[in-house]
Amino acid sequence: MKILVPCKRVPDPDQKLRLNAETVGIDPAALTYILNPFDAIAVEEALRIRETAHPDAEVIAVSIAPAEGEADLRTALAMGADRALLIEHNGPTDPWNVARLLAAVIEHEQPTLVLMGKQAVDDDANQTGQFLAAQLGWPQATFASQIEFIDDGLRVHRETDLGIEVIRTTLPAIVTADLRLNEPRYASLPSILRAKKKSIEQTTPAELGVQLEPRVRLIGMELINSQRHCEKVETASNLLAKLRETEVVE
Amino acid sequence: MEHDGTALRSGSGAALGFARALSEDITAFVLGENLEAMAGEAAKLAPVLVADHPALAAPVADRWAHVIAEVARAQNAELIVATSTTWAKDIVGRAAGLLGGAMASDVIGHEMVDGELHLRRPMFAGAVNATIVLEGSPKIITVRPSAYDAPTAATTPFTIEAVATDAFDVEKLPNATQFESLDRKTGARPDVTEARIVVSGGRAFKNSEDFEQHVGGLADALGAATGSSRALVDAGITPNSLQVGQTGKIVAPELYLALGISGAVQHLAGMKNSRVIAAINQDPDAPIFEFADYGLVGDVYEEVPRLIAELNSSQ
Ligand SMILES: Cc1cc2nc3c(=O)[nH]c(=O)nc-3n(C[C@H](O)[C@H](O)[C@H](O)COP(=O)(O)OP(=O)(O)OC[C@H]3O[C@@H](n4cnc5c(N)ncnc54)[C@H](O)[C@@H]3O)c2cc1C
Repeated sequence: MKILVPCKRVPDPDQKLRLNAETVGIDPAALTYILNPFDAIAVEEALRIRETAHPDAEVIAVSIAPAEGEADLRTALAMGADRALLIEHNGPTDPWNVARLLAAVIEHEQPTLVLMGKQAVDDDANQTGQFLAAQLGWPQATFASQIEFIDDGLRVHRETDLGIEVIRTTLPAIVTADLRLNEPRYASLPSILRAKKKSIEQTTPAELGVQLEPRVRLIGMELINSQRHCEKVETASNLLAKLRETEVVE
Repeated sequence: MEHDGTALRSGSGAALGFARALSEDITAFVLGENLEAMAGEAAKLAPVLVADHPALAAPVADRWAHVIAEVARAQNAELIVATSTTWAKDIVGRAAGLLGGAMASDVIGHEMVDGELHLRRPMFAGAVNATIVLEGSPKIITVRPSAYDAPTAATTPFTIEAVATDAFDVEKLPNATQFESLDRKTGARPDVTEARIVVSGGRAFKNSEDFEQHVGGLADALGAATGSSRALVDAGITPNSLQVGQTGKIVAPELYLALGISGAVQHLAGMKNSRVIAAINQDPDAPIFEFADYGLVGDVYEEVPRLIAELNSSQ
């Protein structure tokens, strides 16, 4: 059984962002990157499946990124992924085209399960898994907080606004990971060193036969700073008085 | 239009508000089973199209997205809009994947510039607002309920029409997903996304009893909903339906009270558009104060009981 895990390289959310001179993107100077936290959860879940239900599973990490994206694939390898594939691409991508590139890889690799993050913490789109499932005509289980193998398929607990929903799907399927699915492991030093020596398979959109068709054109960005000025109050009573002044509290 | 099987979800009208701002020719589409009540509600806001069928009893993504896409094609819809919720992300997102992928999520503003629809949406946990243009048609958009109002209800309801019998072929509906159960969170308090006031607690609270006594107690005194940071959800102190933030719920109440919450960007993403924000934190340099209108530096275990006592004595 093959499990494919798409891995996105994203700016580390714990840094101050600056816009580029044209204000249509983030200034790349001095930016540090990480593996999207939700994708790390997806990698972890794939490894756990290999360690428990399916010891024969092969875990393949795939990233669409410039050459530097190898670093994030090495994170996945250090965690324990068996193989890594970089689809080298410079410039913007949107969920539609990411899904098309992944679909091309899937056609070639024929995985049984695609496990991916529910959203990337840079564009916060929360679309790619759904698009990929639609393109392939596969079932989807988004926002998974628990995955169980049953008979020929999966039982998945999903985190929805209304509460935890349980669904069953056949395989192959696309599952997108929510935060509580698991807590990703830290790679040990020896495995990080070993991952450095592993080779990363390389391809390009052209080699995959995919011509990108942009769906989202970014025309501007604006940094959002707090417009509020905090008035400090001394006591609980004063706080209540202020809230009554604003008429939100009776 | 999203519903929970008995009524439209509050906030679902925001999608119609957005659509109405762009076009006179809008249709509210409701799908599921036994939709009379929901169709009736929707008909106060816009002409309604319903796909009411036992095969659509549970909102499984592959089926529902298939029907949405088929109906959108039959109607030649140029724009498909839904209010941004987990339902819309799952199902309307998949429908967008069947319709060419020109999709924008969580839209908070728009503008027509030289005949082009400019959409504003947050990125990077709300640290940035991006302006984007979608290439291709139809365009699929989810909007934040806090950003758009539902159209005003009409005095005479609009028409309700069923989709044509050949709008979708029941035999051909995807069949790879089965709904098993939904564990509805039930509670006496309003939902965090629907309340006028939200009282939210963070890591300061050591266990569920303390959370219930302080955050729950203050919420009840104010008629408010309770919310929490992810720290408490992770610690098992609060259920995940209470999580506010980038990866939880996005709220914009009249008043958001943050109790013992530090103000991490991921939390701020879920509440910083509230009208009034007040925070209690023992750390005077906690980032939450930069995003608050009123701040009290103090111990929540001391200050919150004082607030509850004063509110209860004034009633
Ligand atoms: C991918 C990703 C997604 C995330 N999504 C979310 C999300 O959706 N929502 C979310 O909330 N977080 C999210 N987080 C987590 C976020 O980064 C923070 O870790 C979390 O919000 C911290 O919660 P907190 O403020 O309760 O805890 P802390 O940061 O630990 O803050 C506790 C605060 O309480 C104060 N305090 C302690 N004791 C007292 C006392 N007795 N009286 C008064 N004050 C006291 C402290 O001074 C401190 O400021 C996400 C993280 C990641 C990586």
